[in-house]
Amino acid sequence: MRSNNNIILETTIKVVLFIIVLFSVYIFFAGHYYPGGGFIGGLMTSGAIVLLLIAYDIKTVATILPVNYRTMTGIGLLFAIGTSAGSLLFNVPFLTHAFGHIEVPVLGEISLHTATLFDLGVYLVVVGVTMTIIQTIGEDE
Amino acid sequence: MNNLIILPILIPFVTAAILIFFHKKVKVQRWFSALSSIATIIAALVLVQKVHTDGIQSLNISSWDAPFGITLVSDMLSALLVLTTSIVAFVCLIYSFKSIGAEREKYYYYPVFNFLIVGVNGAFTTGDIFNLFVFFEVMLMSSYVLIVLGGTKIQLRESIKYLLVNVISSALFVITVAYLYSVVGTLNMAHISQRIAEIGQPGILSVIAVLFLIVFGLKGAIFPLYFWMPGSYYAPPAPVLALFGALLTKVGVYSITRTYTLFFYHDQGFTHELLQLLALVSIIAGVIGAIAYWDIKKVIIYNIIVAVGVILYGVSVMNIDALTGSIFYLIHDMIIKAALFLLVGIMIAITGTSNLKKISGLIKRYPGVGWTFFISALALAGIPPLSGFIGKLLIVQGGFEGSSYVGAAIVLMSSLLVLFSVMKIFINGFWGVHRAYENEDKAPVKWLLISPVILVILSALYGIGTEAILPYISQAAETLANPSMYIDAVLKE
Repeated sequence: MRSNNNIILETTIKVVLFIIVLFSVYIFFAGHYYPGGGFIGGLMTSGAIVLLLIAYDIKTVATILPVNYRTMTGIGLLFAIGTSAGSLLFNVPFLTHAFGHIEVPVLGEISLHTATLFDLGVYLVVVGVTMTIIQTIGEDE
Repeated sequence: MNNLIILPILIPFVTAAILIFFHKKVKVQRWFSALSSIATIIAALVLVQKVHTDGIQSLNISSWDAPFGITLVSDMLSALLVLTTSIVAFVCLIYSFKSIGAEREKYYYYPVFNFLIVGVNGAFTTGDIFNLFVFFEVMLMSSYVLIVLGGTKIQLRESIKYLLVNVISSALFVITVAYLYSVVGTLNMAHISQRIAEIGQPGILSVIAVLFLIVFGLKGAIFPLYFWMPGSYYAPPAPVLALFGALLTKVGVYSITRTYTLFFYHDQGFTHELLQLLALVSIIAGVIGAIAYWDIKKVIIYNIIVAVGVILYGVSVMNIDALTGSIFYLIHDMIIKAALFLLVGIMIAITGTSNLKKISGLIKRYPGVGWTFFISALALAGIPPLSGFIGKLLIVQGGFEGSSYVGAAIVLMSSLLVLFSVMKIFINGFWGVHRAYENEDKAPVKWLLISPVILVILSALYGIGTEAILPYISQAAETLANPSMYIDAVLKE
């Protein structure tokens, strides 16, 4: 199936892919206080992978990114459940999060929030599910 | 604040997530699900007892106070339904071990099964109307997978219909919630009830009430919205069918009950009259279907519609007797429908067909199956002292008190015809000349029989132990009859 017909697409994607992935990571962290977060970040990352799928084919992409997306969904779910169920240990309502400010030598004061871990779970689930769906549809051809 | 409420939702959820990793290891999946299912039952039992002694429990998720955050509320009705759901789930799970087949087990049957329980328990527990939609979706997504899993021809055909109907009704659900939000400006169910009481349910809210009836009626299969059900429920294998028949339609029934007792009780002359009419027509339509078909699955599926009608008739009468009866009958029906579907599944496993005309004389080789079926048939029709009796008695009593004589008479008449429809299966399928069937020896009848026997014993205990159980049911009915109890428990904490 590998063809060199769309050389423009392939070359562009090699560059654009990294920009999209980086931007999705930025969006993921921005979600802490501004619009963004795990869901949008996840969708954007899957978007990048889908672009890769369009330019190349499923087999090539599978060798570049040897990820089992179903396992990824499972890991994401465990992250999300784990962070929310952690509140049960402290006897506060389910899904209650904790945060604190920590001094880091170079960066100065940063705030750490358990919601980020929850969001990471969401991110993994979104990428996992989206890619599973798209791969399943793609394989049928 | 009580995190106990979340456990019947959380335990299946964690189980489902972990089982994704073990989807090729069938044994691990089986026993892990069974254990977690038992844990859910225990959590639900503790919850019921807690609600019984300490009143309605609520949990403000993520520490956002009601009515701003999402609240989970466990009153007696939802606690009892969660308990029944957990029991039915456990029993169906055990049944699945030897009937669902390795092909399905390896393709995420158990994780999806657990996700379904997350959705059902969540829908029963939530105290937020939009969150109810979310749990509906969780439940529906899982049911889409379960209905299509295995990919036989009939499953593929029916799942398209099922998907279409449910996608449309889900869209309508969101639209309805949006309408409601634009009128009352809140999503918390207790708060909605309070606001509606303040403005006294003007016409627009009655319109929304009817929209809710359409949405939940589509899921709960009332007349004339049940058209999709006989076909779709016919497709999946027995344990999935039992889950759907016992749980999914009941979520719709529960939602109608909740919205019509908590929100829209100010203009009963219109909304409840309509509900009553539809409930009674559902009974009649269901009975006609149950009598007409010679297919054992179809007969029981049409009996779901009858039961939904009976329960909603009790709700529409809206007095304390009828409500108690409805709750009693709702729980009874979840147990006994699951038992009947599982028994029908055994009959199909033995004979390889669901056509009643090709089955006869089963009782000679399988007396256990025969008598279990006989008892559950009696329970379904409501023969004392089995569990269907007291529920129907209370509903009919409530109907007479509410001077709705025609309705009560229809409920009574329907019992007779329901009895006829299941006895038809018993007489034709179990009596008569014994026949030999091709796959007879392959069916693991002894193992499969465990599940329905557990359910029939429960149903018998539920009927005989009415004295002990009635305080719990009355407590549930009392909350439904006095919305202020629910509101106070959620908002004044």
